[in-house]
Amino acid sequence: MTPTDFNAILPILVLAGYGCVLLLVDLLVPEHRKRITAWLALLGLAAAALGHVAWPAGGRLVAFGGMLVADGYALFFNLLFLGSAALTVLLAFNYLPRTGLERGEFYVLLLFTVLGMMLMGQAADLIVVFLALELLSIPLYILSGLARSRPSSEEAALKYFLLGAFSSAFLVYGIALVYGATGSTNLELVLAAANGGNPRLALLLAGVGLVLVGLGFKVAAVPFHMWTPDVYDGAPSVVTAFMSVGAKAGGFAALLRIFVVAFPDLAGQWGFVAAVIAALTMILGNFAAIAQSNIKRMLAYSSIAHAGYILMGLAAASAAGASLREFAVGAALFYLAAYTVTNLGAWAVVMAVERADSGTASTGLNLSDYAGLGWRRPGLALAMALFMLSLTGVPPTIGFVGKFYVFRAALDAGYLWLALIGVLTSLASAYYYLRIVIIMYMQEGQPVTVSRPALNFAVAVTALATFLFGILPGPLMSAATNAVMGFAR
Amino acid sequence: MQSVPTVYYVALSAILFTLGVLGVLLRRNALIIFMSIELMLNSANLVFVAFAREFGQQAGQVFVFFVMTVAAAEVAVGLALIVTIFRAKRSINVDDINQLKG
Repeated sequence: MTPTDFNAILPILVLAGYGCVLLLVDLLVPEHRKRITAWLALLGLAAAALGHVAWPAGGRLVAFGGMLVADGYALFFNLLFLGSAALTVLLAFNYLPRTGLERGEFYVLLLFTVLGMMLMGQAADLIVVFLALELLSIPLYILSGLARSRPSSEEAALKYFLLGAFSSAFLVYGIALVYGATGSTNLELVLAAANGGNPRLALLLAGVGLVLVGLGFKVAAVPFHMWTPDVYDGAPSVVTAFMSVGAKAGGFAALLRIFVVAFPDLAGQWGFVAAVIAALTMILGNFAAIAQSNIKRMLAYSSIAHAGYILMGLAAASAAGASLREFAVGAALFYLAAYTVTNLGAWAVVMAVERADSGTASTGLNLSDYAGLGWRRPGLALAMALFMLSLTGVPPTIGFVGKFYVFRAALDAGYLWLALIGVLTSLASAYYYLRIVIIMYMQEGQPVTVSRPALNFAVAVTALATFLFGILPGPLMSAATNAVMGFAR
Repeated sequence: MQSVPTVYYVALSAILFTLGVLGVLLRRNALIIFMSIELMLNSANLVFVAFAREFGQQAGQVFVFFVMTVAAAEVAVGLALIVTIFRAKRSINVDDINQLKG
């Protein structure tokens, strides 16, 4: 252990310490002034982001005997997680008091789950991946039950917990088998042991398969997606918003690193499996979303579908040739960033329309509640239309650019059929995304909406990013490309 | 001295893991489902220890402590959730927990 080891974990260290202190400070904050905790949480996220200055610029720092790594890839993900958490705090600002859920724990648990996500991106050892996954998941189990006393929230928490723990068990067993086959859990050493024919190939393949199952649950890939609609529906909207982007990005951060760094020699085997899972995920997610009348469930199925497009990037990362693999991982990173921005924006609009005050008959969560929004709140409706176009993948939005790169990566890797399925399912998805736009502008209605500075700011920021990166994707794409430089060897 | 070959341990762990999976899929009591998940985690621990002995490494045995710690944290959260549900519904049968249509 050397002092430079601590440089590599400085952002994590800052956030961990800050989270623990915030837990204590929150006790001193009076019940009706929890907004102070929210501001303090934002400050903590900013401090953690600043901690990255300790990392070597453009370099790679391996720390703690190869357990953790600080590289461009981890930096990209860390900033993505911190950014989405900051937006979530802004969304929670009004949503929690409005729904009577304002508790300081929310912000502390949010910091801890971000901690787990950052560890996922930096993990270079399978055991660290497991610990990070649990650190990510356990606070999310609690957060989805935050609205306890409301049965649907409790139910969501229990379902998420049981299936999440079930999937972790698959992951641990998979890691144990990989350890048995290669004698190590370090990704580099696993690679070295798997290189040139492993004597325990069957054991290794079984382990790789179980790791894929365990992480597949987390990112909501078919056939491990059953929990997603229920949990997204039952959890408080602000938690769902964060879960749908953060947990997914965290899962993919580990998935991409494990499969590209440790198992490139088995790409022939897992590449096809990943492609089939991607195809099933895109098909089922998009077609099931069509049948939904509740916007939370619709966005849940949409989130499953988008996991399929990102998995297409993983499948393409099985291609021969380091540059092709790096391009595929870069495309997946770009897509994740695009999805994060767009989806958080869409959830912000959902929260603006949701009727949180109990006692009213309408919950504001049905698609019909959006009728007339285009006339009542032109700005909000315009932003929602932009998010829906971006989720569909229509130019000039960031979603289009993301899909373009992922499809190109799939084509370069020789997965023509997969890219075709991607295009066709995107076309089908236009039906349910654009339906919202039609309801907003073409139907008469008197929607009741909320307008608060923090919420409007979050909508404006995400809408601007969706649009600006849609017409000028260059900076973000070069960030994603730099992040994966030298990633696949 | 003759020792038990590693493959025996791995076979036993595979049986335990399968029992755990079947328990999760077939039983309806949330507590029993939870115990089945613990069985799955412990079967993984058995694999770690068995291979650590074969390789003569400590690393595999240390991993077991990690897994056990995480399992304990999960128990804390999981039991709290189950108790909350039981208070509201007077039942922890997962078939009764069906407000959200899967």
